[in-house]
Amino acid sequence: MTYVLAVVLGVVAGILSGLFGVGGGILFVPILVALGLTQVHAEASSLLAIIPTVIVGVWRQQRYGNVRWRPAAVLGVASIAAAAGGAQLALSLPEATLRRLFAVLMLLVAGQIAWRARRKTP
Amino acid sequence: MRLILIGLLAGFFSALFGVGGGIVIVPLLLLVGGWEMRSATATSLAAIGVTATAGVIVYTWHGQVQPAYAALVGIPAALGALGGATLQQRVPIRTLALLFAGLLAVIAVRMLLQ
Repeated sequence: MTYVLAVVLGVVAGILSGLFGVGGGILFVPILVALGLTQVHAEASSLLAIIPTVIVGVWRQQRYGNVRWRPAAVLGVASIAAAAGGAQLALSLPEATLRRLFAVLMLLVAGQIAWRARRKTP
Repeated sequence: MRLILIGLLAGFFSALFGVGGGIVIVPLLLLVGGWEMRSATATSLAAIGVTATAGVIVYTWHGQVQPAYAALVGIPAALGALGGATLQQRVPIRTLALLFAGLLAVIAVRMLLQ
């Protein structure tokens, strides 16, 4: 994986995130792992990469009046409480185990996107 | 109350896997909350902003965040997200969704077989 390819895939991740309402992390992590980062480094850096992507996404969606701010705030604040636990578990798992779990998550996400696509079409 | 539980679950998932948590939030809002797709994805995005920030703080504390690598994919992605919504009007979203799902499945299987 070269840096140029990583940038190109980053753009692709952003486009897909705009289309499917995801933050892009599901692609950032494998891209960063392919660049040579450990699974935990890739995950931690992916979270930082998600922030600018999400800011752009929210800014766009907000103009269409799709964002419900109060529920978003409740969800966001509640998630803070659990983030430390998730990070702690990620740090304590062996690298290979965490990577396998992530791969399983990707399969679930793939299934979910396919399912949503079917649901979305009238 | 439901929202708090969904948020807790999303925060845990997000930090564990380095993803935003939308993957937890969107289906739960649709299925449990009976939300409509458009507001579920948009509201999820806003929540993800907070969740990801919390994760970044926790991982920075542990010294695991690589800002240069984050910028390498995050900045191009932000630009891509600008184009994404425009593209939405022009491409068959269903075909794209199936392609995206296929791409994720291929990467996942490769990671599992490594």
